[in-house]
Amino acid sequence: MNSFFLLLVVIGLSVAGYAAGRARSVLAASGDVRILHSLPSYYGMFVALGCGLPAILLLALWLIIQPQIVEHMVMAGLDPSIMPQNADEYSLMLTDIRNLASGNAVSREASPAIMAAMERYQSLQSVGFWTMGAAVVCIALLGLVWARSQVSRSFRARNVVENIIRVLLIVCSMIAILTTVGIVLSLIFESLRFFARVPFFEFLFGIHWSPQTAIRAEQVGASGSFGAVPLFAGTMLITLIAMLVAGPIGLLSAIYMAEYANPKFRAIAKPMLEILAGIPTVVYGFFAALTVAPLIRGWGESIGLDVASESALAAGVVMGIMIIPFVSSLSDDVINSVPQSLRDGSYGLGATKSETIRHVIIPAALPGIVGAFLLAVSRAIGETMIVVMAAGLAANLTANPLEAVTTVTVQIVTLLVGDQEFDSAKTLAAFALGLVLFFVTLGLNVIALRVVRKYREKYD
Amino acid sequence: MSKTSGSSASGTTPKMKGDKVKVFYGEKQALQDVDLEIKPNEVTALIGPSGCGKSTFLRCLNRMNDVIDICRVEGKITLDNEDIYSSDLDPVQLRARVGMVFQKPNPFPKSIYDNIAYGPRIHGTASSKAEIDEIVETSLTKAGLWEEVKDRLMEPGTGLSGGQQQRLCIARAIAVNPEVILMDEPCSALDPIATAKIEELIDELRENFTIVIVTHSMQQAARVSQRTAFFHLGELVEVGDTEQIFTNPTDSRTQGYITGRFG
Ligand SMILES: Nc1ncnc2c1ncn2[C@@H]1O[C@H](COP(=O)(O)OP(=O)(O)O)[C@@H](O)[C@H]1O
Ligand SMILES: [Mg+2]
Repeated sequence: MNSFFLLLVVIGLSVAGYAAGRARSVLAASGDVRILHSLPSYYGMFVALGCGLPAILLLALWLIIQPQIVEHMVMAGLDPSIMPQNADEYSLMLTDIRNLASGNAVSREASPAIMAAMERYQSLQSVGFWTMGAAVVCIALLGLVWARSQVSRSFRARNVVENIIRVLLIVCSMIAILTTVGIVLSLIFESLRFFARVPFFEFLFGIHWSPQTAIRAEQVGASGSFGAVPLFAGTMLITLIAMLVAGPIGLLSAIYMAEYANPKFRAIAKPMLEILAGIPTVVYGFFAALTVAPLIRGWGESIGLDVASESALAAGVVMGIMIIPFVSSLSDDVINSVPQSLRDGSYGLGATKSETIRHVIIPAALPGIVGAFLLAVSRAIGETMIVVMAAGLAANLTANPLEAVTTVTVQIVTLLVGDQEFDSAKTLAAFALGLVLFFVTLGLNVIALRVVRKYREKYD
Repeated sequence: MSKTSGSSASGTTPKMKGDKVKVFYGEKQALQDVDLEIKPNEVTALIGPSGCGKSTFLRCLNRMNDVIDICRVEGKITLDNEDIYSSDLDPVQLRARVGMVFQKPNPFPKSIYDNIAYGPRIHGTASSKAEIDEIVETSLTKAGLWEEVKDRLMEPGTGLSGGQQQRLCIARAIAVNPEVILMDEPCSALDPIATAKIEELIDELRENFTIVIVTHSMQQAARVSQRTAFFHLGELVEVGDTEQIFTNPTDSRTQGYITGRFG
């Protein structure tokens, strides 16, 4: 018996309410449903919502509030001898009581006073639960009866149901929007805390990245410098390599699919290319680390080049392969939306296919193609896994693709793995990096979408 | 072969000639045994109810049907007695000699200047800037558009009005210096004033070019053409001097169409 079961009960009651509302509306119409204001199913929906919605709201509210009340009551009723002195002790003791109540191991010997508190906790919990069950079922039944009593020939069930549905949809989209706003705000506030310790300009323009901060004052080897330029440079280098791979291959394959391939081939090849986008990036990552990187190293050595075993080149090439479908699929769409009449016009003047593509189709599709490239770039900048596995962690400031580099996203990961003090500069640096990343990709996406939209308008 | 041999010959030697032309779209036959002669420096109008195969025939004349995968052409079509479907003849070169203007104006999303310069550039007929400048000016002048656009040659061609766009497309076709110009309902998307301008233009172009025009307007056929061919259900029913077709058709179907009984 738990709250999930209670939820099932409420849903069952709602289903019954649906049937009851429907049946009553048919009865009210004396069999001729045309004289009803709404279809019988709307009356059913109305009663179901009237039964389920308040009950579920109450259930949710109760589940949020009850633990706090119970905990407060338990802690207030503690034996004065073990009353916690400060906030830390308070939460530690509370955790112990909770763990004991659910039968888990606890950090210390349970004293009789604690055991008493635990029993009190358990009994309060179960009283609370049964009260909640009774209240919820009562509300559901009351709602059902009330809603059913509203059903009559002229009751505008359809309008009421439509309004309720609209409100539900608004609530859902508000949740999505508020979450986004919340994430951005937390990024900004945490970044501000970071910038209180590390000057903004040092972060943005410093060329030395070594985020090890001292946990103990006398610790050695903890320089803690936060110049992010090597990360930005590494990100740009890898993105550039990726685009050098994905740009030409993606665009040319889009041209082939849109202009040359017969429809059958296209129907098979396009989804296949799109599958590339569905491969988990960690798979690309070990492909890069275990196959491509050694291959590049081998080639490099055979022509006498010194290649790091983790190189920007390996990561960039594999990332390029990963984003080919972003370029090709979108470019294919824009090329296809260039009107046939332009092709006809060009052929009619005696242009060949490739002349038509070069001089008419690509220029006409260019804004859309640029949009596709920008989206691919923002994907590349945000990619993490491949770089973690294939490009290394060394924050080298270099333009040499054969050396190991690191990127913004990789550093965010490494800053946060392992045991950290939550408010050290090292941890907070991740938020600052995340903020930069957020604004750069947001900017790219906005520009890309604008460019694409502008292009769409031109031919509609 | 050369341009002068065709246009200087007397009206009796056809510029283009279709001989038992059959066209299929997949299994479906769209044209049956069309025999039609196109005389030089004349306007030949193709008329007939929708779907009777006028556009299909027109597109055979510069092999634009090659662009459609399922389309198959049988029979023989000649340009100056040369088989245009023979394997020696490159459709790309053919289309430089037989230009086309489409139903809906389709200027490229480029400047007015670049629209006209497009053909000469890809065919390499003009290399220097001065030569291209001259072609642009003469083509626009011949298309009666020069005065209207000479101050804004670098503005996009898509910014012109519908009628201007269509004259731009005619100028673009002229710039390649073709021998024959095919027009598929060139005025159907235009208002009456723009239509009148284009009709006037067609009449002037006849001096230098051979013109084949598809039209759904019988008045237009009567106004601009010297010869008229009437198509019906994929057949060429009747062809003759425009005057004769409109005043004294021999076939009852032609008579029915021009008097508005069907179509
Ligand atoms: N691309 C095509 N694919 C299949 N059938 C076509 C195609 N183009 C035209 N047709 C068919 O060929 C016939 C003649 O069409 P068309 O030459 O366009 O007629 P018109 O120009 O006289 O109105 C019509 O029945 C049409 O459905
Ligand atoms: Mg047509």
